Amino acid sequence: MTQAAPAEQAGGVAGAPLIEARGLTRHFKVGGAIARKTLHAVDDVNFTIGDREIVALVGESGSGKSTVARLLARVYTPTAGDIYYQGKPLSGFRSRRDLLAYRSDVPMVFQDPFASLNPAYRVSHGILRGLALHRPDIPRKERRAEAERIVARLGLDAAGDVLDRFPYELSGGQRQRIGFAQALAYRPKLIVADEPVSMLDVSVRIGLLNLMAKLRDEQGVSLLYITHDIASARYVADRVMVMYAGHVVETGPVEDVLQAPKHPYTQLLLDAVPDPRAPLSVGPSSDRGEPPRVVDPTPGCRFRWRCPLAVETCSRITPELVELAPRHDAACHVAVAAAGRGNVAVRSDVAVRGA
Amino acid sequence: MASALVPDAPVLEVRGLTVEYETAAGPVRAVDGFDLDVLPGEFVGVVGESGCGKSTMLFGIAQLLSPPARISAGSVSFRGRDLVTMTAKELSATRWRDLSVVMQSAMNALNPVTQLGKQFEDTMRAHGERSGEAIQQRSVEVLQLVGIDPVHLKSYPHQLSGGMRQRAMIAMALLFTPDLVIMDEPTSALDVVAQRSLMVQIKELQQRLGFAVVFVTHDMSLVSHFSDRLVVMYAAQAVEIGPTRAVFDNPGHPYTRGLLDAFPSIRGPRVPLTGIPGSPPNLLNPPVGCRFAPRCPHRFELCDAPPPLYEAPGSLAACHLHAPAVAEVSR
Repeated sequence: MTQAAPAEQAGGVAGAPLIEARGLTRHFKVGGAIARKTLHAVDDVNFTIGDREIVALVGESGSGKSTVARLLARVYTPTAGDIYYQGKPLSGFRSRRDLLAYRSDVPMVFQDPFASLNPAYRVSHGILRGLALHRPDIPRKERRAEAERIVARLGLDAAGDVLDRFPYELSGGQRQRIGFAQALAYRPKLIVADEPVSMLDVSVRIGLLNLMAKLRDEQGVSLLYITHDIASARYVADRVMVMYAGHVVETGPVEDVLQAPKHPYTQLLLDAVPDPRAPLSVGPSSDRGEPPRVVDPTPGCRFRWRCPLAVETCSRITPELVELAPRHDAACHVAVAAAGRGNVAVRSDVAVRGA
Repeated sequence: MASALVPDAPVLEVRGLTVEYETAAGPVRAVDGFDLDVLPGEFVGVVGESGCGKSTMLFGIAQLLSPPARISAGSVSFRGRDLVTMTAKELSATRWRDLSVVMQSAMNALNPVTQLGKQFEDTMRAHGERSGEAIQQRSVEVLQLVGIDPVHLKSYPHQLSGGMRQRAMIAMALLFTPDLVIMDEPTSALDVVAQRSLMVQIKELQQRLGFAVVFVTHDMSLVSHFSDRLVVMYAAQAVEIGPTRAVFDNPGHPYTRGLLDAFPSIRGPRVPLTGIPGSPPNLLNPPVGCRFAPRCPHRFELCDAPPPLYEAPGSLAACHLHAPAVAEVSR
């Protein structure tokens, strides 16, 4: 295949999804020269993101979700596997022109709105620079007007005024909107948003989640929404992927996964969410919420040490994603067996919910 | 200790606590006339958004404020003695023995280059415990209380997970069986699963050992199942106080209702959420009347005057909607 810039070849390979990860793997070397070890941050991950779709990537810290974001943004290159953008492998984008075009199609929004804007420049700086770099079709004189249009679209009042302020003059919610404005200036296809609301107060979070849904509906932008807050994922996402210890353990339409979780980790995650509307129910919890071991992992399910359902097979064979309901996959030997789809002996005294 | 108290007399009585930060533009009142009673063994949750003064209020109670912050008015009576007027020497005799503090970030609160056991020992020696054997025994005891293997007395903080570090901080706070433990967002750096497990454990310890807790958090849903009483803070003031369940079921203040409506729920129908439009006022120059009025959907003419705490159906709420005359008309 020729190395054409993605933006030039409209639509890319016909019928290909917007983004597809195949066998995506990223390892890091840790430890000194003598005790050299390998940390498996992301291991053999497969997923797709379609047009006009918000996909939530949910998991605890250390699950590898931010590494996936950085692989998508080309901050890291994969150890193995590849990401296909409109059917073309990212490893083929070598020239500055190709990478620039890809980055303008897939920008990132960061977690901390207090650290991600340069305090020495006015708010307009980042947006105007983005326009200069990624939108050569807009003449210099019209960039300012375009920046005002973008900012207004993000629900910031008195757009002209906001652009001339410094970041310290804005509230957290306003700053994060500016973060989205910078991304939106590139006319992106997919925005990778890494915990975009976790630093914000509850009362302003919802405004940003609504904004993300609006971008999808009105601008046709897809979003990868990375979060540890599965309740907010339900609110905004079309599909959800649950990551644990570098593996995707469950994926499916958001309501299906939340109402009928197949993987025991997803069930644990859902049970841990505090819900003020639910009646008082405080049971003793034996799970300490310890992070998984991903340094030089051995074969087998990585959740087995915390899993109430683990059987002998789980410590020998790494489970793979199996479709257990329409478009709803889980990587769990027990859930697969309970659905009558595998040959693993399941203890008779345990039941898998939703199976 | 606790036996010296009249039964059911509050262990902590805060009256009119006011904390000001000196700034170039004038004093900023971060806590304004805050009142709170905490009964022995009670779990009080204090919720509010960033900048509402909740952490400053805690530091004011524990006398941990440093310039430019200072307590400009009010009293903090702990077991009958005013902490505000105590000398540094009297304070250090009380602090940690009878009243301990668990900070937000255990990674920063623990000394990274000192073993856990050594830090426990330093704490106990600083408060007059001399016997090495007693120190060792108590250190093992408190670690077991929070479910950490005592071998970790020889561990450095970086060798523990985030959840274990927070547990170790709580163990340290319990070295002297205090009457009151003050907690400033101890779970905010943890994942939901670890967070839930720590909350359950704090509650179990509190019920077993009988200490009172003042727990500050920005996450209202977190304390919903654990606190006996809830205080909602907005713009330096307490706007609602009541039994936790009653406040959740029947919030008396429009701000509390707004906060509750902003939480996406994972159960039940998927409803559109709105959040609260606008942002909190600048405390350098707060509104003269009700501080929530500029963002409030129920604003009316009375709101130009500051509301006192009125009797609401389930709680006390600083909202003119519950003024006897107004409540009468709406009924």
